[in-house]
Amino acid sequence: MAKYLLLKHYRGAPASVNDVTMDQWTPAELAAHVQYMEDFAARLEGTGEYVDSQALSPQGTFVRSDGAGRPPVTDGPFAETKDLIAGWMVIDVETYERALEVAAELSEAPGAGGKPVREWLELRPFLTATPTVTE
Amino acid sequence: MNESLLRELVPAVLGVLVRRGADFAAAEDAVQEAVIRALQSWPADPPRDPKAWLVTTAWHKFLDAARSETSRHGRELAVEFEPPTGPVPDTDDSLWLYFLCAHPALSPGSAVALTLRAVGGLTTRQIATAYLVPEATMAQRISRAKRQLSGQPLDRPGDPATVLRVLYLVFNEGYGGDVDLAAEAIRLTRQLATATDDPEVAGLLALMLLHHARRASRTGPGGRLVPLAEQDRTRWDTDLIAEGVTILQTALARDRLGEYQTQAAIAALHADAPTAAETDWVQIVEWYDELLHLTGSPVVRLNRAVAVGEADGPQAGLAALSSVDPGLPRYTAVRAHLLERAGDLEVAADLYAEAAHAATSTPERDHLTREAARIRQLLRS
Repeated sequence: MAKYLLLKHYRGAPASVNDVTMDQWTPAELAAHVQYMEDFAARLEGTGEYVDSQALSPQGTFVRSDGAGRPPVTDGPFAETKDLIAGWMVIDVETYERALEVAAELSEAPGAGGKPVREWLELRPFLTATPTVTE
Repeated sequence: MNESLLRELVPAVLGVLVRRGADFAAAEDAVQEAVIRALQSWPADPPRDPKAWLVTTAWHKFLDAARSETSRHGRELAVEFEPPTGPVPDTDDSLWLYFLCAHPALSPGSAVALTLRAVGGLTTRQIATAYLVPEATMAQRISRAKRQLSGQPLDRPGDPATVLRVLYLVFNEGYGGDVDLAAEAIRLTRQLATATDDPEVAGLLALMLLHHARRASRTGPGGRLVPLAEQDRTRWDTDLIAEGVTILQTALARDRLGEYQTQAAIAALHADAPTAAETDWVQIVEWYDELLHLTGSPVVRLNRAVAVGEADGPQAGLAALSSVDPGLPRYTAVRAHLLERAGDLEVAADLYAEAAHAATSTPERDHLTREAARIRQLLRS
């Protein structure tokens, strides 16, 4: 089994096929979307492939050390880096192919007009500890 | 096994150990170990006197710890800690513990965790699941809180307002894992109410009961947030409402008004309305004026603007909102709501979408996005 992180982007990823912001959907479309995501997570739990998922606030802050004293802080992603994470899901699957399949299924969630959003999800494998080497 | 009895005994047992001379942090550890032992052994072998059993076991645990720490100086020293044998004195120390756990040296988060363990008798694991953090993380947080208390004078009573704030924080943490923190907060506040005659304690208890009574109707399928006006009022727990109202009336009759009694009065007026349309908004605004006078809180000012909007129309609400700090959470959502009622749908939809962006919880974000979507659908049709 290998763990993968699925990243949903507010921005930074290529545009979705069905690219309409959520506040332009109808309430029924929103309800269908949320229901799809819940069913999806429940299905992964059923197959033992679900680890965790969280939504993130779009408001972020960059912080770095500046020696002693209060660390400097700057408002959320720098203008030139357009990346912004909306949320993530961690899955634990048998193969890379299965991870692709799961990500594709999540990307299929219905959106405006009841048609799939087909958003781009970023798929990142977890790095693991060095395996034991027998000499 | 009666786990709630076990929890109720914890503060008393802790009090006994501290009065015998154990320092708070060590006593608290010892009581926790005794509780864990009780959870393991009571089902098969119930004690005749649970409290005495707990005191004895906790005291032994405390001595074990004290002995191992002082072993270099010889075991004799520890023996001097032995208490005179005899019946356990039955003074209620819970009240004292409440104040201790709300000590000003602690951050609100630490105070809540320590209260749940020392006064509530929850195990670290239960508190950790309620907060969705690993047990080790919570254990560290609690021992840090106890370290902060060491060296602090523990004999003088703290500020009762802090105790009430901590209990209200516990209540608002809601629930997760196998412990319902709202119910736990109500239990602890009940206990406190029987031990003091402060009408504000009664006010807080009434407030919790009135909120709790409406809990089932507050979320829809999938954790969806249901606003007050749309809640199914037949699902409100009328027994709890009646109890809350009675407690509140008794407190108000004593004529020592405070913020919790005032908030409970507002909650009671909502609970009292058979339909959202029949809510007595005029009286609610009067209570908000009182609350603003008592607290001067900007959040109260914001909520008051909502009430004014209901009582005197959206324009009056917007006028009341003009004196509120726009940087407050929920400000944009309130403005969107008032503008929608005033007929400015385009701006309202934009503001709902903007508010959704700034929301701090998923249900709140989804709710605000739905509000924006609802208005845009109206505009299209």
